[in-house]
This record gives sequence, structure tokens and C-alpha cells, in this order.
Amino acid sequence: MTAPCEPLVRVQAEDFDPAAESRRLTEGRRDVGAVVSFTGLCRDENGRLDALELEHYPGMAEAEIARIAAEAAERWPLTGLTVIHRFGRIAPGENIVLVVAASSHRRAAFESADFLMDFLKSRAPFWKKEHISEKNSGDWVEARAGDLEDMKRWQR
Amino acid sequence: MTVKLVYFAWVRERIGLPEETVDLPADVKTVTDLLAWLKTRGENYETALERSDVIRVAINQEHAEHTAALPRNGEVALFPPMTGG
Repeated sequence: MTAPCEPLVRVQAEDFDPAAESRRLTEGRRDVGAVVSFTGLCRDENGRLDALELEHYPGMAEAEIARIAAEAAERWPLTGLTVIHRFGRIAPGENIVLVVAASSHRRAAFESADFLMDFLKSRAPFWKKEHISEKNSGDWVEARAGDLEDMKRWQR
Repeated sequence: MTVKLVYFAWVRERIGLPEETVDLPADVKTVTDLLAWLKTRGENYETALERSDVIRVAINQEHAEHTAALPRNGEVALFPPMTGG
């Protein structure tokens, strides 16, 4: 097998452009047969959320995402992999996280993007706090037991 | 032994500090020892670390278990389960 691709990892306050990031993984290449792009957005389920405040652990956030991305690149034959995670105040409808996986074939692209998201949820050091319309400050979002179960799906 | 402690999310809010450097007694050797020792330092620590089983730990910016040994002059982070993605 060829050497694993070098994943691109960014942790930033600014927004990102999913289309531009997909293009970056295909431009000027002829060996890419599949690109799977996942964008996670801030959602408001009952009309009371002003914004989410995403706290992160600078340094470890980048390092941990890089470890997860490197594992995906080892496990699937990817031609490119990009992971971007935002921090700071993010309003409903705005982007939070992006995973773009490119490969010669679709299965590797689908599976690695899914794997990345499951591990980001439970292993990347980010914490969401809700800012509620009528209050100055809301509560911390609690981790779901299902998040851990999602991660266990990938045990070999 | 001296370690730098960093706190995130509700652990940070309940303790009331983002980080601090502490001098540990000689018998505080593992993360479990550290959590027990911190709880003796005041009501804020006791409240923050009340359910110590849910507290997640990173040593020098890598995930670690409660049984892990503390690093000399290292960085130990305490935080709730992560909710990124």
C-alpha cells in the first residue's frame, strides 16, 4: 500500500468554506474517485438558542484531532483528508465542524468521514455551552451515552 | 512535585480558575490521588470534582486514565466529557 496521506487539521474561530475545502482535495488530481464532505452546524431545536459557545483546549485540540485523522489515514486508503473545527461563539445556522475525505473509491471516503466524526465527538477537547435567549448564560451541553456507543462501532 | 493544572468547561467554572500551578504532597502520585487531594482544598473543588468518575483527564495534552502516574513538571488537565463535533 502507498504511504498514508498527510491530513490537514485546523482549529479556528473563523468560518470555513466546505466547497473550497473539497476542491482543494481534488484540484489538479486524476486519482480521486470519491469525496465525502460532512458539515456539522449549530442548530436551534426550539427557538430559544441565541448561540453556542465552544470552549476548547488550545494545543491539545489540534493534537488530538491530528491523532484521530492520522489513524483514519492509516486505516483507509485516502488521497486526502481535511478536518476543521471552530471554537468561540457560533449562532444557529453557522458551521461548527467540517470533515472532507477523498479516496479513489467511495467506501473509504464514506467510512473514514463517519469514523472521524464519531471520534471527534468523544475525544476532541471541545465543550459546548448554550446561550439562551432570556438568560445571560445557559447550561453546558451534556455528552450523550450514544456518542460513546458510536465510537465503539469502529473497534477492531 | 510541581504540576500545572488546567481546567475546562464546568470544572473551570466551579473551581473558579482556568489554571494554577500546585506543589503536591509526596504521597500524591496518580490522577486518583490528585482528585482526592484537590477535594480537600475547599468547597469549590469539592463541588467541581464531586463526581470524580465523570471527570476526564489529559496529561501533557493526551488523554489519560485515572490510574495514570502524574508527570513531574507536566501539565494535567481536568474537564467534563467532551461535546465537540
